[in-house]
Amino acid sequence: MATRIEARFAALKAEGRKAFVSYIMAGDPDFATSREIVLGLPAAGVDVIELGVPFTDPMADGPTIQAAGQRALAAGQTLERTLDLVRALRAVDDATPVVLMGYYNPIHSRGVDRFLAEAKAAGVDGLLIVDLPPEEDSELCLPALAAGLDFIRLATPTTDDARLPKVLSNSSGFVYYVSITGITGAAAAQAGDVAPEVARIKAASDLPAVVGFGIRTPEAARDIAAVADGCVVGSAIVSEIAAGRSVAEVLAYVKALAEGAHSA
Amino acid sequence: MDGDHINSYMTGPDESGRFGSFGGRFVSETLMPLILELERQYEAAKHDPAFAAEMDDLWKHYVGRPSPLYFAERLTAHLGGAKIYMKRDELNHTGAHKINNVLGQILLARRMGKTRIIAETGAGQHGVATATVCARFGLQCVVYMGAHDVERQAPNVFRMKLLGAEVVPVTSGRGTLKDAMNDAMRDWVTNVRDTFYCIGTVAGPHPYPAMVRDFQSIIGQEVRWQLAEQEGAGRLPDTLVAAIGGGSNAMGLFHPFLDDPSVAIIGVEAGGKGVDSRVEHCASLSGGRPGVLHGNRTYLLQDGDGQILEGFSISAGLDYPGVGPEHAWLHDTGRARYVYATDAEALAAFQLCCRLEGIIPALEPSHALAHVTKIAPDLPADHIIVMNMCGRGDKDIFTVARHLGVELTG
Ligand SMILES: Cc1ncc(COP(=O)(O)O)c(C=O)c1O
Repeated sequence: MATRIEARFAALKAEGRKAFVSYIMAGDPDFATSREIVLGLPAAGVDVIELGVPFTDPMADGPTIQAAGQRALAAGQTLERTLDLVRALRAVDDATPVVLMGYYNPIHSRGVDRFLAEAKAAGVDGLLIVDLPPEEDSELCLPALAAGLDFIRLATPTTDDARLPKVLSNSSGFVYYVSITGITGAAAAQAGDVAPEVARIKAASDLPAVVGFGIRTPEAARDIAAVADGCVVGSAIVSEIAAGRSVAEVLAYVKALAEGAHSA
Repeated sequence: MDGDHINSYMTGPDESGRFGSFGGRFVSETLMPLILELERQYEAAKHDPAFAAEMDDLWKHYVGRPSPLYFAERLTAHLGGAKIYMKRDELNHTGAHKINNVLGQILLARRMGKTRIIAETGAGQHGVATATVCARFGLQCVVYMGAHDVERQAPNVFRMKLLGAEVVPVTSGRGTLKDAMNDAMRDWVTNVRDTFYCIGTVAGPHPYPAMVRDFQSIIGQEVRWQLAEQEGAGRLPDTLVAAIGGGSNAMGLFHPFLDDPSVAIIGVEAGGKGVDSRVEHCASLSGGRPGVLHGNRTYLLQDGDGQILEGFSISAGLDYPGVGPEHAWLHDTGRARYVYATDAEALAAFQLCCRLEGIIPALEPSHALAHVTKIAPDLPADHIIVMNMCGRGDKDIFTVARHLGVELTG
């Protein structure tokens, strides 16, 4: 049986469309608002939902996502409540894939087997854990694959040709190419620089490749999506939430970005 | 490396950077190729006599090694039990053991052609040591320091600036050492091509815990021959005592003795206001549980949901919610024992040392000394304790004055 991620990318391919992947922090600024936003994402045109799992020490994130995590934690967000958000979505949407993105310690603390069983039952489709490189696959990647969850990997400009096969091994769902060396929210890469990197990944793997980091406008979403299988926007959406925009305003912004990506 | 099958405690870590289940390489993909390259370069340097010769020369003429092994006669008499020696690493250039490691890493950075050095610092001692060696070699130096620590360690901030370093106050999180480490990692991910991250303790992803330990092991190696010189050939210490922040001065003293079963090994964590459910301490081994932070698995102060707690200590240099992974392993295997001393106990030991030995210790080794004052009276006169006097207290006099209710004016 195709997973939700496979089914979604297959459908997009059949329609000749690029994927729009959105990232928000679970529980930011509070559980109720975050829940409303999550439930509105599919209608805004989001093809894959990435949900950030708050962590006190997000070493790969810039100030925008750091602050989002702190807001969520201050509002009482826990791993359990993040799974609650997924359950709430699954009650109304059984098609849009959900990927949890974050750091290993909250999962480690809960216990890998227990977490995987709960995540699967809640309707999570994939995991993207920033501080688990392929060298640590026995920790969570292999158990996650065995539990039927996709393990999505980041490829970066420092991932050279010799290393790329290692990064792609045991990964599934899609590959997330981080277009710059840096933290989330940093300056964007140019489509011209990204295209050969995506070609490099696609030559080494059959998985769809989406590109993220630094995309802030519908035009940038279109330009980057055009040279890949899709694009990811995170910090720009989180900034709107941080600015206190209403749920409707946040979703309108997401819709504009999705239309940008889909126009590619 | 199971606890029951150990023939040697000195062979770790394994190829995956593990000490038992601790350690590892929990970093983002951007950094992974860098730490693999660092490991290759360090392995090559380790076996290069020219690298060792350069280290030896600088250790001798720039740092002032070997540091003395000093018999603390009046403290010994005062406590009325074991014979107490102090390893005087506070006499090193820049006033602490930190420079032992910094020299090694900067020489490695030069071999690797890196031109920009970044570091995190808590008390400022590692930052000062890094700024110092960068000045010595004309390298750009950026030091990340929690905003809270910038305030409580003002003299060291000024020292770093005098030495030409840029000090970046870190306001993310709650502005202490762990946040400084986060921001240093963020800088490294951003400036991967020209930047070398000089970590100040036996933490971080492999190969840092092993590399920093190796550079600090000069401490224990010197103690071996110095004690034999003073107490007779073959005489080993009976007990080693050192303070634990991340654990680098302690690993440096302990490691050369791990396979000598007659040597008891004790690490002293910062007990802050007491090790209990308020978590106003930094005793990760006594009061934490295993988790993953800053590239390795180790004991961490964390809540039930895996969120890292801040901890508390009078000593900025011990104010870290984790501990080096090799200590976590030595703790679980039982080869070393880990205890704690509270702020109040450390302050009392600090004052005792000033008056009995004419040595103003840093607050970090004052924790080790506090434990010595607890165990020495009950030990026989022929029992030799070596404690690591890993830093001098000049940087701490303002903090101590405040706690003693004395107002200092500049
Ligand atoms: C004098 C001194 N001792 C100890 C420490 C704690 O570090 P470690 O446990 O790595 O030796 C510091 C840290 O700043 C220090 O300055």
